[in-house]
Amino acid sequence: MLKIENIQTFYGNIQALQDVSIEINDGEIITLIGANGAGKSTTLMSISGLEPARHGKIIFEGQDITHMDPDRIVQLGIIQVPEGRRIFPFLTVNENLDMGAFLRNDKDGIKKDIEYVYSLFPLLKERRNQQGGTLSGGEQQMLAISRALMGKPKLLLLDEPSLGLAPIIVQQIMAIIKKINIEQKTTIFLVEQNANLALKLADRGYVMETGRITLSDTAKNLRENDDVRKAYLGI
Amino acid sequence: MDLLYFFELFVGGMIRGSIYALIALGYTMVYGIIKLINFAHGEIYMIGAFTALIFASVLSFTGMNPILIFIIASILAISFSVGYGVTMEKIAYKPLRGSQRLSALISAIGMSMFLQNYVLLAQTSDFLPFPELVPDFKFLEPIKYLISSTSFLILITTAIVMIFLTYLIKFTRTGKAMRATSQDARMAQLLGINISKIITITFVIGSATAALGGVLISTHIGQLNFYIGFIAGIKAFVAAVLGGIGSIPGAVLGSFVLGWTESFGTGYISSDYEDVFAFLFLIIILIFRPSGILGRPENNKV
Repeated sequence: MLKIENIQTFYGNIQALQDVSIEINDGEIITLIGANGAGKSTTLMSISGLEPARHGKIIFEGQDITHMDPDRIVQLGIIQVPEGRRIFPFLTVNENLDMGAFLRNDKDGIKKDIEYVYSLFPLLKERRNQQGGTLSGGEQQMLAISRALMGKPKLLLLDEPSLGLAPIIVQQIMAIIKKINIEQKTTIFLVEQNANLALKLADRGYVMETGRITLSDTAKNLRENDDVRKAYLGI
Repeated sequence: MDLLYFFELFVGGMIRGSIYALIALGYTMVYGIIKLINFAHGEIYMIGAFTALIFASVLSFTGMNPILIFIIASILAISFSVGYGVTMEKIAYKPLRGSQRLSALISAIGMSMFLQNYVLLAQTSDFLPFPELVPDFKFLEPIKYLISSTSFLILITTAIVMIFLTYLIKFTRTGKAMRATSQDARMAQLLGINISKIITITFVIGSATAALGGVLISTHIGQLNFYIGFIAGIKAFVAAVLGGIGSIPGAVLGSFVLGWTESFGTGYISSDYEDVFAFLFLIIILIFRPSGILGRPENNKV
């Protein structure tokens, strides 16, 4: 589905990604784990077209999207929930969701999907006329995921959805991610610092260190890998 | 206290306020979206007024109904100003997107000087009379001493523009996308919103309302020159800052507050200090509310 081939991404003269290659197949949950500053978020931004790769290629369903405009990439079905949730603070919950469906014109379909995300997160329905900025961190994360779902993603990119949330909320959100993967057949690319959590959820995983992929295997094997256990699982 | 005099000043302030508001909208919307003070915005207003003058003069020879001439001239003025506004964004601001804010600001000042001198060279530095196109409305006869036909037209047009804009910003999807972009442009992009389109729309709306303001004030005062955009632009900018730059209701409120301050200041104190009142008031407001009356404090989160 998505094939990243040896991409290199720069911020000015500083190289953030060095020959990163990742492959994601239809229907999978893939995780990318690594420490702070390893280049995980940059990888997602390169896929979304906000920090285009200088070298290398990103192919989505046979199309080269490396240098495509961000809105065209969204139109193809790659939608990102960025780090820090980035809810529009002065738009209501409903308006935030409507923005998620910005590129769609099927009114009935949008209505149906709003009902669907409200069924996933009933709390949001209660708060639908409240401004996004007034929600708690957990609610904002729910809204961020819901907003992305409104765009009917084929591939959902999630950047640190567990960051700063209470463990119980994290559990809830992880369960929903699994549910979306199964019910909606949405392929998921999950970037996480919480490797323990991510490797439990994912089918396969990649490990990133200072802009390079150092390891890739099935989630199960990574969980049992000694280096990964020491470095990321704290065992 | 002469009550009639008070009402005269009140209406006068409202008319000033309306014109400021029509210009200030462009400042505040552009600032909201790309965080740029578009100093050339006053020139768009001036170009609108000039375009209307040129076409109105030409059409006058045809013996057409003055009201019809006024409408056609206004539409053409709006189209030309929108053309200038959008082109200006494309050549002077778009290439600088992503660079420091100061670069774009300097580009804006350059654009302002360029457009002023362009009109000065292409037209003239003299004040030109603007033809009288708006007839005396009969229903205004009883209160003629308080409000003239042109002032009535200014108030009504401004009210319609405000209602239309409120609807657009609050309820349409484009309006929501504009608000989303002003709150977090990167996130808006991640949802498939094309920022360049949103910016173009912003310039279209801002230029159109500024042109309308230019046409209306020219018919009201009856004359114009190439320099009218400068002082009106600065005042409208003050109004936008006063109300809280980036906020649309703020710009409108700031404009009326400024209009009344000037009107009452000149009426009750001295007309020599017209501009002093505007800027003094700005200073006082900014001391107590640095982000303006309705402005949101800028949060610099890391």
